[in-house]
Amino acid sequence: MEFVAARDLDDALDVKADEPDAALLAGGTDLMVDVNLAHHRPASVVSIRRVRELAGVDEHRIGAGVTWEQLEGSPHRALAQAARTVGSPQIRSVGTIGGNIGTASPAGDGLPWIAAADASIVVASRKRGERVVPWNEFFVGVKETSLEPDEVIIAVQVPGDVPESQEFAKVGVRNAMVISTVSCVVMRGDDGYRIALGSVAPTPIRATQAEALLNSARDITEPLLDELADVVSREVRPITDHRSTEAYRRHASGVLARRLVERTRP
Amino acid sequence: MIVRITVNGDDRPFDVSGPDSLLSVLRRDLGLPGTKDACEQGECGSCTVELDGALVCSCLVMAVDADGCEVTTVEGLGDEDGLHPVQEAMLETGAVQCGFCTPGFVVAGAHLLDRNPHPTPLEVKEALAGNVCRCTGYGAITRAFELLAEPHPGDAQTGEES
Ligand SMILES: Cc1cc2nc3c(=O)[nH]c(=O)nc-3n(C[C@H](O)[C@H](O)[C@H](O)COP(=O)(O)OP(=O)(O)OC[C@H]3O[C@@H](n4cnc5c(N)ncnc54)[C@H](O)[C@@H]3O)c2cc1C
Ligand code: FES
Ligand code: FES
Repeated sequence: MEFVAARDLDDALDVKADEPDAALLAGGTDLMVDVNLAHHRPASVVSIRRVRELAGVDEHRIGAGVTWEQLEGSPHRALAQAARTVGSPQIRSVGTIGGNIGTASPAGDGLPWIAAADASIVVASRKRGERVVPWNEFFVGVKETSLEPDEVIIAVQVPGDVPESQEFAKVGVRNAMVISTVSCVVMRGDDGYRIALGSVAPTPIRATQAEALLNSARDITEPLLDELADVVSREVRPITDHRSTEAYRRHASGVLARRLVERTRP
Repeated sequence: MIVRITVNGDDRPFDVSGPDSLLSVLRRDLGLPGTKDACEQGECGSCTVELDGALVCSCLVMAVDADGCEVTTVEGLGDEDGLHPVQEAMLETGAVQCGFCTPGFVVAGAHLLDRNPHPTPLEVKEALAGNVCRCTGYGAITRAFELLAEPHPGDAQTGEES
């Protein structure tokens, strides 16, 4: 196995330009599970955890190398809430948001927040330079993204108009160390409500019909909230798998969205 | 590839050619079997070590990527002649049955107490959420940390720890 510990972004981009198949290693909490259990033997690995260009975080840019432990203190409330629910202290200390995006699991707990924030993924390569890809063009299927083989995820670019009022919640079989059965982020801003969900479609999704229902209503009444839960349940596209059933995921989607709208209500 | 790491204060260079985990190198190449190998997928915490001060599952650390790092394993925390306070407390409350999970709890618990000497029961639970025990039902483990979390006479005034 060839191994490069990239010192900076140039290093990482150089290796990826020469060897697009080289596996990027950040926290390793997804990659090493593949190595240990699926006997994945990468021919070439580039470690990016020392790359300082990926480490920075501010309100508008979250470096790909930022860990969940760091994000537990994020000023974006729902992102901090999501970070607190990822794995265990041992996972959050090294697992990164860039790895979550790179894996692009439907259950990735960082992804509904990115969708609700209407954030973009900043990627870079020697050949194409930097590209800013809107989240809904980046995530294209189950563990599938539009990242080119020679590209590295640099950061999440957060628009300036992300509402302050925002909440995250997830449902799983227990409280700690659990992969989401359904996850949800609701934001309330000047332009109305935004509702994003995870684990209920191949990619994170926005519940646009439910958003339209809320945003055309004058008051958030009990009957409206009931209808909202209904619309969300119908709008999601979950499957039955080893973690849960389609029917339960539909139900839980409606319940979560309703609960978070209540929590963000003025 | 020759990898240089410091384990429990000693230089312990090793040679590795594949994506092997730090866990397998510690146990197989460095003769340190205190760190336990159970799930190899980050779920059980029995392989917990400190890597440059961070609490990690050593099964999820690619050994070559630890080049230049300092590692603390359970062997670095205490031995037969001088147990770590977490080990003493776990002995006292009977928090060990088969003992397979114990090294992970000791390392994670010591890491917590270094940062937060008087954790609340909820803080203890959250800090140990990545460690699984199949035997004890956690009651005795929790009681060990309740003992440890009590303020001691020699401690500074409470309220100053973050
Ligand atoms: C026990 C356990 C519990 C977990 N619990 C959760 C949970 O609750 N919620 C959750 O969402 N996830 C969970 N995960 C999954 C994982 O921890 C997260 O997805 C984490 O964010 C991955 O980050 P990493 O840095 O460890 O990724 P790595 O394993 O280093 O990388 C993951 C993938 O992304 C690629 N990659 C990494 N960085 C980049 C980059 N900058 N550019 C391009 N590609 C990149 C890698 O090549 C690899 O394919 C859990 C994992 C374990 C083992
Ligand atoms: S062996 Fe590493 S977490 Fe189980
Ligand atoms: S004592 Fe047996 S697993 Fe904990």
